[in-house]
Amino acid sequence: MTDTPSQPIPAQSKKSVFQQLELDTRLLGMIGAFIVLALGFDLITDGRFLTPRNIFNLTIQTVSVAIMACGMVFVIVNRHIDLSVGALLATTSAIMAMTQTEILPNMLGFGLDNPMTAPIAIIVGLLAGTLIGAFQGWMIGYLTIPAFIVTLGGFLVWRNVGWFLTNGQTIGPLDANFLIFGGTNGTIGPTWSWILGGLATAAAIASLWNGRRAKSAHGFQVKPIWAEATLSAIVAASIMGFIWILNSYEIPVGRLRRLFEARGEVMPEGFTAYYGLPVSVLLLIAIAIGMTIIARRTRFGRYIFATGGNPDAAELSGINTRMLTVKIFALMGALTAVSAVVASARLANHTNDIGTLDELRVIAAAVIGGTALSGGMGTIHGAILGALIMQSLQSGMAMVGVDAPFQNIVVGSVLVLAVWIDIVYRKRTGGH
Amino acid sequence: MRFLKRIATTLFAVMFATTAFAQGITVGVSWSNFQEERWATDEAALVAALEAAGANYLSADAQSSSAKQLSDIESLIAQGVDALIILAQDAQAIGPAVQAAADEGIPVIAYDRLIEDDRAFYLTFDNVEVGRMQARAVLAAAPTGRYVMIKGSPTDPNADFLRGGQQEIIQAAIDAGDIEIVGEAYTDGWLPANAQRNMEQILTATDNGVDAVIASNDGTAGGVVAALTAQGMEGIPVSGQDGDHAALNRVASGTQTVSVWKDARDLGRAAGEIAVALAGGTMMADVDGAQSWTSPGGTTMTSMFLAPVPVTAENLSVVVDAGWIELEALCQGVTNGPAPCN
Repeated sequence: MTDTPSQPIPAQSKKSVFQQLELDTRLLGMIGAFIVLALGFDLITDGRFLTPRNIFNLTIQTVSVAIMACGMVFVIVNRHIDLSVGALLATTSAIMAMTQTEILPNMLGFGLDNPMTAPIAIIVGLLAGTLIGAFQGWMIGYLTIPAFIVTLGGFLVWRNVGWFLTNGQTIGPLDANFLIFGGTNGTIGPTWSWILGGLATAAAIASLWNGRRAKSAHGFQVKPIWAEATLSAIVAASIMGFIWILNSYEIPVGRLRRLFEARGEVMPEGFTAYYGLPVSVLLLIAIAIGMTIIARRTRFGRYIFATGGNPDAAELSGINTRMLTVKIFALMGALTAVSAVVASARLANHTNDIGTLDELRVIAAAVIGGTALSGGMGTIHGAILGALIMQSLQSGMAMVGVDAPFQNIVVGSVLVLAVWIDIVYRKRTGGH
Repeated sequence: MRFLKRIATTLFAVMFATTAFAQGITVGVSWSNFQEERWATDEAALVAALEAAGANYLSADAQSSSAKQLSDIESLIAQGVDALIILAQDAQAIGPAVQAAADEGIPVIAYDRLIEDDRAFYLTFDNVEVGRMQARAVLAAAPTGRYVMIKGSPTDPNADFLRGGQQEIIQAAIDAGDIEIVGEAYTDGWLPANAQRNMEQILTATDNGVDAVIASNDGTAGGVVAALTAQGMEGIPVSGQDGDHAALNRVASGTQTVSVWKDARDLGRAAGEIAVALAGGTMMADVDGAQSWTSPGGTTMTSMFLAPVPVTAENLSVVVDAGWIELEALCQGVTNGPAPCN
């Protein structure tokens, strides 16, 4: 005979401040790790890591990987993987580069600097990315070839399709309007940055309080009013602080003088100007908001999480999981094309090696950001924070002067450590 | 995350007030791929030159990625370097980085690889002359016969400079009908394996009817010699460059005719000295030995070309005397070879 021990009933303890704020502790942990990282690098580099200039650099360096990481969250949540994104980025970048430097100006007679060149090239690239993604999704969903194999094949195929399209040559310089998406060549200036920041703050606070009203209208328990106010203040301060930092990065004098000379004017003595929000970062923010809404508010998003949580149950309950796979990979392809715009505009050229190893950075960003490879769990903002942490590690170590082999050793170790901490955390808090 | 940045920046502002930046000149170097052994030699000479001038050295390794190289250079600029030395991964895609440096008024030295931008100071060995030296040595060993040209990587502008120099020397012999080019191939990525495959195919196509090979560097020469050895043809004239240890050993054992040696230490030292001079306000054109030069892309640049040394069986001792290679490594497996291996 054995005793059946009775389960101890957990004692209801008094809620801590953090619990009352109802913040995601996992997210807080990541933010904490990021703060420690940033302050550490800042100390070692004599305060050069946290200058407005370096923060500006970091944000534009992160964008390309972060955009793809948003799509990768859906892919991994749905229990798939995409190893082809770096190669697909190269192919879509090659297609867009050829469209804007060869096909449109020469073969179709648009000439150089036509205002339609950039939009057409981007549309062509997006179409190509979506179609290629959908094709891979079709092979995974309908032909039931494992995603690992399909995208491993794609990894080889698309990198070399890109090579074939350009004969391995560097294609450039790209169209001037296209370069707006590259970072320093496309910023909206301080005034518009403040206006957008103000609007974003208002929208964020409004959604917080709307959520509260909706909760109480349906009879749910709501946070104490001070918690709600604190959250609103934190959100407002962080949005405006971010804008303030980007707005305080002064455009170098040499660049200003060149811009004036390009317009045939002489720069007034003592003239200064500031960068403000880069268009590429705006693009990332827009995609992050869009993808979060898809994940939380649409049927498509709920199906993805349901299927990832339990594919059999999802299929039995009538979800067309095959078509869902095609849609997810088509979305991944489209986002990869958007990344290709940002990455090639940043280099002002299409290079044959563009996007090399990006698939691994994207997967690492999503995983560090809390996306579980077992499916069903993951957030867009986590993946973006993951991408930012990875990029900060790399840039920071390059700044400190860590030897190249050690940089990669550290990044690899951090990836494994982050996932291990995540597993321990989930066991403790009863997640899966 | 944004909140963080705010806190962080505030903290930074406090620290900024207390931290004094180091005085003196700082030179930043962006390497394209430090995995290749050769750049370590350059770096040692460069650092020595900078230390001699009292300047600081900062570096970053792009690990063969043109995107990472752009981030690296932004980071170096953010650290406040006074001059940049760039070994470009991609001659064109480096453009935005040079732009950023020019915006900040930081002089840029294009180290060993061309950057198509007139604001960069181009420092390299005279690659056309390297090509001439290769062809001269091979032509001396095989004045008549059937030639194969194994060229460098199609994406590297140096490959075509070399080929141009080689052509200058053999043109007369071709016109006179003394030599005939029976095969010509680019080598993707300068990889020895690709050179070997190309050479094997040419040997098959010509039924081993090859009398001399002008290979553009020692790596490709290694592939060529491997292909020749498989057919029992080792010993016919083969050229190369870089003074790779394996290639110098081949010169000693007689399977390679010439390795044009560009002493990387000269290049590193010159780069360090020029960087310090430019950071100190010297104009590019006023640098000792600088000349105006027009690139194949039509860019007029200020440049400086160092002279290479052709190493053959006759002057093999120079590489040992210069401390470039140990006598044992040079003469490994060589008996009764040329001096100093006898």
